[in-house]
Amino acid sequence: MILNLAVQAAQMLLVLALAPLLIGFVRKVKARLLLRQGPPLLQPYRDFVRLLRKEVVLANNASWLFRAIPYLIFAATWVAAALVPTFASGLIFSWSADLIAIVALLGTARFLLALAGLDIGTSFGGIGSSREVMIATIAEPAMLMIVFTLALVAGTTQLSAMAEFLSSGESGLRVSLGMALIALIMVAIAENARIPVDNPATHLELTMVHEAMVLEYSGRHLALIDLAAELKLLLYLSLIACLFLPWGIAPPGAPLAALALGIAAYIAKLAALGFLLGLFETSIAKMRVFRVPDFLGVALMLGLLATLLMFVSRSH
Amino acid sequence: MNAMALPVILASAAALIFISAVGLVLSRAAAGRIFVYGASLAVSVAALVVAVAALLSQDPEQVLTYPFGLPWLGAHFRLDALSAFFLAVVNLGGATASLYALGYGRHEHAPQRVLPFYPLFLAAMNLVVVADDAFTFLFAWEFMSLSSWALVVAHDRERENLHAGYVYIVMASFGTLALLLAFGLLAGADGAFSFAAIRDGDHASALTSLVVILVLIGTGSKAGLVPLHAWLPLAHPAAPSHVSALLSGVMTKVAVYAFVRIVFDLIGAPPWWTSLLVLALAGITCVMGVLYALMQHDLKRLLAYHTVENIGIIFIGLGLALAFQSYGFRAAAALAFTAALLHVLNHSLFKNLLFLGSGAVLTATGERDMEKLGGLIHGMPLTAFTFLVGCVAISALPPLNGFVSEWLTFQAILLSPELPSWSLKFLVPAVGALLALSAALAAACFVKAFGVTFLGRPRSKEAANPRETDPFSLTSMFALAGLCLLAGILPGLFIDALAPTATAMVGESMPLQRDLPYLSIVPIAARGISYNGLLVFGFMVLAATAAVALIHGLATRSVRRGPAWDCGYPDPRPETQYTASSFAQPIRRVFGTLVFRAREEVTMPPPGATSAARLTVRLTDVLWDTLYAPIGVFVERIASWVNPLQFLSIRHYLSFVFAALVGLLFVLALWP
Repeated sequence: MILNLAVQAAQMLLVLALAPLLIGFVRKVKARLLLRQGPPLLQPYRDFVRLLRKEVVLANNASWLFRAIPYLIFAATWVAAALVPTFASGLIFSWSADLIAIVALLGTARFLLALAGLDIGTSFGGIGSSREVMIATIAEPAMLMIVFTLALVAGTTQLSAMAEFLSSGESGLRVSLGMALIALIMVAIAENARIPVDNPATHLELTMVHEAMVLEYSGRHLALIDLAAELKLLLYLSLIACLFLPWGIAPPGAPLAALALGIAAYIAKLAALGFLLGLFETSIAKMRVFRVPDFLGVALMLGLLATLLMFVSRSH
Repeated sequence: MNAMALPVILASAAALIFISAVGLVLSRAAAGRIFVYGASLAVSVAALVVAVAALLSQDPEQVLTYPFGLPWLGAHFRLDALSAFFLAVVNLGGATASLYALGYGRHEHAPQRVLPFYPLFLAAMNLVVVADDAFTFLFAWEFMSLSSWALVVAHDRERENLHAGYVYIVMASFGTLALLLAFGLLAGADGAFSFAAIRDGDHASALTSLVVILVLIGTGSKAGLVPLHAWLPLAHPAAPSHVSALLSGVMTKVAVYAFVRIVFDLIGAPPWWTSLLVLALAGITCVMGVLYALMQHDLKRLLAYHTVENIGIIFIGLGLALAFQSYGFRAAAALAFTAALLHVLNHSLFKNLLFLGSGAVLTATGERDMEKLGGLIHGMPLTAFTFLVGCVAISALPPLNGFVSEWLTFQAILLSPELPSWSLKFLVPAVGALLALSAALAAACFVKAFGVTFLGRPRSKEAANPRETDPFSLTSMFALAGLCLLAGILPGLFIDALAPTATAMVGESMPLQRDLPYLSIVPIAARGISYNGLLVFGFMVLAATAAVALIHGLATRSVRRGPAWDCGYPDPRPETQYTASSFAQPIRRVFGTLVFRAREEVTMPPPGATSAARLTVRLTDVLWDTLYAPIGVFVERIASWVNPLQFLSIRHYLSFVFAALVGLLFVLALWP
């Protein structure tokens, strides 16, 4: 019990601590691939601390909601990220929300962020919010279809049980799982505002989405929003890792050595996925905004096909 | 107390009719308003308490028969778990709407057109739910239609309200006609019109299929199933806001009650393929409803269209329950059925809340057009807060209540690969995708509704200085918002309360949630799937307060106000903000070109001219154009064709009567 509680707490703090590092790593990979030196790995931490110390400059007509939203977004994203198994599967609070609820928690965060984009009443904020919800209207059903597929394979929507089932190898190789993996990667790229859907490095561009919504934020508010975005990227990579690379995850009640091994495996997986993300981003150009629905439409169709296959292959 | 439940409900209906008479007399005095709404509030609260008590007692069944109505039949009334649940929904809606109207009604400019009909409408909805024979049921149903029609056309000075009333009364009559035929088929040639007789009767499978279709038309036209929804977005916004709340939040639920009562209770086991029909219609209803809603910029019409979407979600649950039930998957049927009923309750909570909020906006600014609103959060922070709670809840986001019922529906969908029918195997995943799509679109819709109305800068003079609404309205809205949160974090209480209803209708109930540790909910026993709204909410509150405390304590809490940044190009004119139409533009482009044949035209001024460019957006309501308009044209043509018959001489009419008599005798003679 105490150990489980400790594992859960360690996991919550680990995701919080690793999230900025992951972004720093991806940035470093991208810079090195472009033959640049790039900012140091720890730069996101420094940005975070500096932003926290700065005073907040609020637009004159910012409402109370605008000031509350960064905290709420951070809370929703952190709770969601804490429920994804990273290095150990038997999390003590894993029963409090299943994968559908985790997706929906991210939906709550997005809902609030889109509202924040509209609060000041600037045209950039509006453009960001309106495009964000457009992207979400396809990305979210695609994600739910992926959840359906995985749930039908594993027989549960509970994420840790899913991870245990998939790591046990009982599922075997399935076409549905392959389609779900491709769809999940596409959704993860769109949800985290990465190239080719959105450009995380932009700051004044008519095609920006995420950055346009958070344009009016500064100081500690911006720090929290950035941290939430970093957590979200970490969450999606952890999700891919625990479902499709389920090796090394410590089972419930594992000894400390297994836990240490789990942490090492987890960091290795994150590094591999982060490297692939950087490689992918440098090798592809950004899409026009109205190509994004086509891109995500493919993910939705893959998810739906995978689900249909699961329905049809279960004949009695 | 329990034995008195049904008499109390009937007495409260009678009391409401009496209140209506008083309202008629005192309609123009302020005392009349206070009496009508105050007394309606008291009666609704009493009926609510009785209904909840009946629901919580395990066996609430009671029957009463009165010697009025049809002479050989009498008027039958019955209270069972299903009625008790819907009575609770109706009276909760009635109580909150009445409380709200104590303050809101002050701004009514034609109280004599509202006060007499409002209590009648409440009484009618109560009577529909306890009616126990076809005649009483249809009588109460028509009573409900007519009293609500009177409320829809209360503001008859506006042309479009009269049009709305006209479309409503036509559709309502059409729906009643379908129900009349359905009951006629069920009662058979002997005229066994009491529900008990229908329930015990033996119905052929072909007949029950036809009845299910008729009931789907009859109740679907009242609930707003696509393609029978056309009247709903016209009529619901036309009424005063507290009545809109009742129409959208409660009356559509009475229609759901009628569907459940006839299909699940009276027919019992309809053929499996009827579930295909229900599921297909429900899936289409979901997505169409929310897409229509996204295209609106009238706040109340947006909410009304959104009711259509939620009715779709409820019917998805009911369709799944039918499918599971016909193949004997009792536990799964119980899950789908409970999910549907829980969504009935949830939707009545947040839709009431949102309509009441839109009424508060209407009072403060005189506007329902979102393009003229904006920035109301500064002047009316409390209304904005409750409206935000409603928006999060209706978008099915945790930790509020809308998420719980959609989560249960998703869990029911995930059980359906077990169904042996191939057509269901193909349809159910598609319906699941439509449900997921509509949930995401709903979030987009309510970002737009809240963001454009309450956030940003005011887009008109009227929106610039709104005043917070009155304490009665605020109390009512806060009560509803509190219930949304309660049903979100402690859904187990509500699921357990639905257990007797589910047992009565589908033969089994969901596992008892109160036996579970830490107030989690589980959809199916021994599957290891659970959700704990309380814990999710607790974690979120904890994480947010910890972040606030840490950052304010260790870093800084200083704030400076300044002009907006907007990448260095801030424009002070409010027209430069995104509007409701421009917010929906990407979605209109992605989905609207297909569904609404949306066309955008940009007319640029000729080079050198300084006139403004124009953007014209054209949306086509394909359903109206292909379904309703041709029927309207057809009826009109027939009417003008038979019109000369009204101007004949008495000789002609006598010969018609004679010919009809001869014809009928001839038919009788030839009848085998």
